[in-house]
Amino acid sequence: MEHKEVVIIGAGPAGLKAAKSLLDAGAHVTIIDRNKKLGGQLTKQTHKFFGSEKQFASFRGIDILELLVQDLGRYAERLNILNETSVVGLYKDKVLSCVKHDRYFKIKAKRIIMATGASEKHLPFENNDLPGIYAAGAVQTLMNEYGVKPGHKVLMVGSGNIGLIVSYQLMQAGVQVVALVEAASSISGYLVHASKIKRLGVDILTRTTIKKALGTDQVEKVVIWDVDDTWQGIKRTERTLHVDTVCISVGLAPLTELLMQVGAEVTYVRELGGNVPIINPYYETTVKGVYACGDALGIEEASSAMVEGALTGMFVAEDLGYTLEESTQKIKALKSELTFLRSGPHAEKIRTGYMKVGVKT
Amino acid sequence: MRIKEHPILSFDVDEMINFTYNGKALQGLKGDTIASALHANGIKKLSESIHLKRPRGFYCAIGNCASCNMVVDGVPNIRTCITPLKEGMVVENQVGKGRVYGT
Ligand SMILES: Cc1cc2nc3c(=O)[nH]c(=O)nc-3n(C[C@H](O)[C@H](O)[C@H](O)COP(=O)(O)OP(=O)(O)OC[C@H]3O[C@@H](n4cnc5c(N)ncnc54)[C@H](O)[C@@H]3O)c2cc1C
Ligand code: FES
Repeated sequence: MEHKEVVIIGAGPAGLKAAKSLLDAGAHVTIIDRNKKLGGQLTKQTHKFFGSEKQFASFRGIDILELLVQDLGRYAERLNILNETSVVGLYKDKVLSCVKHDRYFKIKAKRIIMATGASEKHLPFENNDLPGIYAAGAVQTLMNEYGVKPGHKVLMVGSGNIGLIVSYQLMQAGVQVVALVEAASSISGYLVHASKIKRLGVDILTRTTIKKALGTDQVEKVVIWDVDDTWQGIKRTERTLHVDTVCISVGLAPLTELLMQVGAEVTYVRELGGNVPIINPYYETTVKGVYACGDALGIEEASSAMVEGALTGMFVAEDLGYTLEESTQKIKALKSELTFLRSGPHAEKIRTGYMKVGVKT
Repeated sequence: MRIKEHPILSFDVDEMINFTYNGKALQGLKGDTIASALHANGIKKLSESIHLKRPRGFYCAIGNCASCNMVVDGVPNIRTCITPLKEGMVVENQVGKGRVYGT
């Protein structure tokens, strides 16, 4: 079994920033990611980011990723990257079991940072398991990473930023978005994104949802219907749309299975997307030496994931006995950056969520 | 179903990768995963559900959900959405839970 100083699970914005802080401090870092490319969600984000200036607002996700990876370049001798590797087990003695292709192996680490991000939720409706029904982020991956269209005609379900952005990106790829349905009475994402797709002729139907999908081996048609205030379908409002793809964009849930496996305390917080780990002010979970940051702590944004990652990396470095230059000032600056990112009205949900788990925002 | 023109990205890979799907010869491009290559060839059904034998395609495309499991080079339960396509791969629809080596 190999012994490592710090293992970071997940090479998204949170994990990459955590790595940077630790490498700056002098630590040896191993980053594990099941994907081939580093970057997590950023690998497919071709749109310009919102967020703060300091966290690259108005840069495209794919360009931010380049910068984050470049930042690690000069530390090659202390950085070990295990890509195409899935962590499938995590144990109390900080042993990780990993699978790379057909090889299974174990690693023991002094400290572990969980930066596993999130998984997209699904929605219950008749035939929701037919091929052609995909998570919106999955379609984004298929198009923007692999250059493949999901189909010809799409129904988008959910009007959050992901639903709106992926609708636009579908059109950029030459795919028709037939309609976007949203059960709530108003659009939940940013108006700028919604206006962009409305201008291109996409029907945004609020108080509407998908009732069922039809098809034998794949989606051929869908039935949508109106919903009342309690989101129940209203009879005789059904209409059929001819689409071959349905994109589901109804939110994400933090990936915390490994944390549960190791016995870290988690609690369900609706505002943060699902089960989230309890952490102390240093981003340490209830299992000593196991830390968490980014979407794994609660669904937020790449901007806050980067700040949390940078902070977590610094705390872990200090815990390992490294002394950081001007650490007090740096930590203070990062914390106020987080407060700023979570200050607007759009972040109300996040603030409520973190209040429930006792995290200061 | 490849994207030909895109305002931001360029996909000008032309290195072909040969593989078979249920015995049929197909081609993907360098950089493809197994699932993206199949999708580009118009194949959306990747497996069947274990009990009710309902068709299954991918769902998350990032290795989270196991909806895209197939038999690859004789090994079952391969998440084809995150497994890079390689020359000569033998890809098959998976039936049931798949058989593990030697069983
Ligand atoms: C369509 C869309 C648009 C967005 N737009 C914006 C925006 O404009 N501005 C903004 O700030 N944010 C945006 N976001 C949100 C942002 O992408 C995420 O909040 C951010 O990527 C979270 O970072 P992370 O590092 O926590 O997780 P991720 O980026 O999800 O990375 C987690 C990584 O962990 C890996 N992993 C997980 N489990 C394992 C395991 N067991 N073994 C090995 N590897 C594992 C995954 O493969 C992944 O690479 C958007 C998201 C989407 C989907
Ligand atoms: S589609 Fe979810 S694991 Fe491949």
